[in-house]
Amino acid sequence: MSLRGKAAIVGAALAGCGEAHGKSSMEITIEGVHGALADAGIALGEVDAVATCQPLDMLSGLTLAQELGLNPRFTMNNRMGGSSFLSHTLWAAMLLELRLADTVLICYGSNQRTASGKLMTALGLPTYEAPYRPLFPLSSYALAADRHMTQFGTTREQLADVAVAARAWAQKNPDAFMRDPLTREDVIASRPVSDPLRVRDCCLVTDGGGAIVMRRAETAKDHPKPPVYLLGGGEGTTHRDISEMEDLTVTGAAQSGRTAMGMAGVKPADIDVVQLYDAFTINVILFLEDLGFCNKGEGGPFVANGGIAPGGHLPVNTNGGGLSCVHPGMYGIFTLIEAVRQLRGDAGDRQIDGAELALAHGNGGVLSSQVTNILGTEATL
Amino acid sequence: MAGIGQGPGPDAVFAAKLAEGVFEIQKCGSCGTHVFHPRVICPACGSADLKWVALTGRGTVYARTVVRRKPERGGDYNVVLVDLEEGVRMMSRIDGIAHDQIVAGLKVTASIGEGAEGDPAVIFRPEGEAN
Repeated sequence: MSLRGKAAIVGAALAGCGEAHGKSSMEITIEGVHGALADAGIALGEVDAVATCQPLDMLSGLTLAQELGLNPRFTMNNRMGGSSFLSHTLWAAMLLELRLADTVLICYGSNQRTASGKLMTALGLPTYEAPYRPLFPLSSYALAADRHMTQFGTTREQLADVAVAARAWAQKNPDAFMRDPLTREDVIASRPVSDPLRVRDCCLVTDGGGAIVMRRAETAKDHPKPPVYLLGGGEGTTHRDISEMEDLTVTGAAQSGRTAMGMAGVKPADIDVVQLYDAFTINVILFLEDLGFCNKGEGGPFVANGGIAPGGHLPVNTNGGGLSCVHPGMYGIFTLIEAVRQLRGDAGDRQIDGAELALAHGNGGVLSSQVTNILGTEATL
Repeated sequence: MAGIGQGPGPDAVFAAKLAEGVFEIQKCGSCGTHVFHPRVICPACGSADLKWVALTGRGTVYARTVVRRKPERGGDYNVVLVDLEEGVRMMSRIDGIAHDQIVAGLKVTASIGEGAEGDPAVIFRPEGEAN
């Protein structure tokens, strides 16, 4: 039995992106839920399974059910960091296909920018890393970037070009948080934080949230917007702490991508638009390699000189990504929502003509959890 | 050797050894794999037969970063991943060398120094340098 095309996203909405003054993380989340249900034309009472993962609330699935006034048949609180939401879609598809649930809600929200001005996390440093004071999570990604540069000759300029491409996409997105011009030189001259990464290699600290609603494919067309079908999904978990990652140049995206594309029956060259969790510039290079869009070690040249910017050879992070659009601590759900926008043909100035097949990819922890979803229009079924 | 259910767990044993000036890691009595960080069962084969063993203390820098911090807040410091000769990797710090001279491939030797809170921690120095 395959889950290919068995479930679809029938509603999606953003909420509170940028700055949401005076709102709690859960309030932003609920605003997203309200928007996604309206987008789907579904009444709140029809929701019978919920999934979330919030910045600080360890029992956020329960809080969500409470705030919605629901007694769900399933409450998913799977907590793998920013990739969680792309795992929630897989569990949703399983519940729907087994008819254990009929309407699944997946959502997120965080007020980290206005509440604290930095990443809000319940995590402390790992026991065997704490004595050395790595910045969490930044230094872990810096170590991966350093190793990639050592092993493959990836350059500072190539890392910068990831941020420059994200900004160019953000300039086409009226909802993006940072839309000022950004050059390679700006990135390289920005404040060093943890070598080789500088502040413009790092995702934003914003508020924001979003929600999606999933239903079985057989009823997915009974809603106002075109359904976006889940064609494949896969996960990879290689470690928790960066000191336990076997090879800092190879992530679990190799496994998650292979599994997801295998289920969907597609290959990288078939994908029209790509949404990757770009917590740091090195992420994009690693994931493009591991997902098979280029060979291992060739991610630097692949992204250089506008390769993934508007007009490049592959559209990546068309909303501006976590680097320039929105990054409220966990970004995973935003990869899904932007993929939905693109596949509905509803992405405004940044719309990729004829987009039928999208890849959304989430990262959790410190390159620890990787989850890939392949999404498609009705034409790809 | 203490197996499952007997005495303190491997984290406490490691910390107690370090406090006595002893840096040892585990080795699997079943498959021979060296194990760090300390664990209850061998991640290579699942055996609980993990014994504490001495090390050569020699390693090679795998990756490095320098955390940039204003002088008034303590200044820059390095964070590295070191591959030990025994085949395990650990996070650490390199003392006795300028941060910018630390590169992957640098040969280093372990000693016990101080961690962030002044607690005993394994640190490294360039090979051949006196501790």
